[in-house]
Amino acid sequence: MSTAGPASARATRRTAGRPALSRAALVVPAVAAVGLVVLPLLGLLLRTDWADLGRHLSAPVVWPAIRLSLLTTVVTVLACFVLGTPLAWLLARADGRLATWLRAVMTVPVVLPPVVGGVALLMAYGRRGLVGRPVLEAFGVSLPFTPSAVVLAQVFVSLPFYVLAVEGAMRAVDARYDAVAATLGASPLRTFTRVALPLAAPGVVSGAALAWARALGEFGATITFAGNFAGRTQTAPLAVYVALQSDPQAALALSIAMLAVSVLVLGLLRGRWMR
Amino acid sequence: MRARTAAAVVVGCAALALTACSPATSADTSAGPGASGSPESGTVTVLAAASLTEPLTALAQQYEQDHPGVTVRLGFGSSTTLAQQIAEGAPADLYASAGEAALDLLPADARGDTTPIARNTVEIATPPDDPGHVASVEDLADPDLDVVLCAQSVPCGAAADEVLHRAGVTPHVVSREVDVKATLTKVTLGEADAALVYHSDVVGAGDAVRGVEVPADDNVVLTYPLVRLADRPEVTAFAGLLTSPAGEQALTAAGFLAP
Repeated sequence: MSTAGPASARATRRTAGRPALSRAALVVPAVAAVGLVVLPLLGLLLRTDWADLGRHLSAPVVWPAIRLSLLTTVVTVLACFVLGTPLAWLLARADGRLATWLRAVMTVPVVLPPVVGGVALLMAYGRRGLVGRPVLEAFGVSLPFTPSAVVLAQVFVSLPFYVLAVEGAMRAVDARYDAVAATLGASPLRTFTRVALPLAAPGVVSGAALAWARALGEFGATITFAGNFAGRTQTAPLAVYVALQSDPQAALALSIAMLAVSVLVLGLLRGRWMR
Repeated sequence: MRARTAAAVVVGCAALALTACSPATSADTSAGPGASGSPESGTVTVLAAASLTEPLTALAQQYEQDHPGVTVRLGFGSSTTLAQQIAEGAPADLYASAGEAALDLLPADARGDTTPIARNTVEIATPPDDPGHVASVEDLADPDLDVVLCAQSVPCGAAADEVLHRAGVTPHVVSREVDVKATLTKVTLGEADAALVYHSDVVGAGDAVRGVEVPADDNVVLTYPLVRLADRPEVTAFAGLLTSPAGEQALTAAGFLAP
């Protein structure tokens, strides 16, 4: 900055005497912060039995868990897109008290402990739940312990992330584009699909990535609401937790696989959309 | 630009939400009154099988009342998980396991002083209204029943598998839970028609579940060893209470068999 004012000049003079100390005051906590994140990842990499990784990855617990995790998280992201995008658009263009309340309610799962989310899901969709009991009595269908329950738990925890991210992107779309589209005779639905959605596409992609990452890591709500059964409701994080008791190397191998998938997705998004 | 800020905020919240998800169960009995003048002081940390939750909590409270300077900290979970946590360095003075299989996971220098404090058997638990009409182990073969068991890797899961194997029954299992209390919860919430848990869990749950006994021929008996990992006087004293007639009485009242 060439137009540094007198205030910044004073600041420079005040700290000029002990630059090393003032630098250390910033660098030490920063290094500690990096260490807090990197050390556990390093531990994971160092404790893994790389020579036999292939054998551990073929342990019976691994593949069904990865397949279920990929399947359910993809369905979850699709559900977020189909249900969450219109909501994000309506919230982005609404200013009333209702919108403020809706926004607050939709944010609750972000701060709610996932296990509590799982209990809440049971109270709604369980056999004795608000919706679950009438549905069971009418159709003989019960949700807990099914892959659908896994998806429901993941949607519950990840939809808020998607809606918040996409709403932010859609707010940034100039409202005059809507007005122009409307004067040209476009319906609200057409304005949404042809104007808002394309302009907010980067936000939609990053919202989908956030929702996917949150769904992939989901543990508490899933084990509480959907249970834990290999191939049906045991997602990769559940499999890691259970395998740690019986086959720690398989748990580590599965952890490495999840780490690799996460880094890969993060890398793709950085390169394409999240610059 | 706004979108990116929103995304950053959301990522921050995600970190919070993820750290809030902690599967380990632990309970900490309230710190003692802290009055001085008692000959004993200090803290006893006990890691115990989930099935011991009720009797150990009661015994710890009683012990703290009798020894105001001593705090007993209790952690409950699957015996397997707790043994692994001790092997990874979790601080523990006493470890009580369901069955003896999990003892193999303890570090070699931590297996020394072992005393059996109780025994337990497997029992079927159903919701009080018994929606699946379960009267015997054989009834669990009904494919329309949703049956919940403990995970194969924890003692109650291994015991349940053994019971089903002896009875020659293959139930429709919908979930394998991480410890016996999580398994029982699926029945108390009414989400499962039946679960295989310990007799003591059925006793501890009171009216919340209905128990169906497993005949001795099909059943297994698990011994609960108490492992002493420290020699401090307050640790020895609390271990002494658990192995005393008063401790045995509390355990049998909770549905355990005498050792």
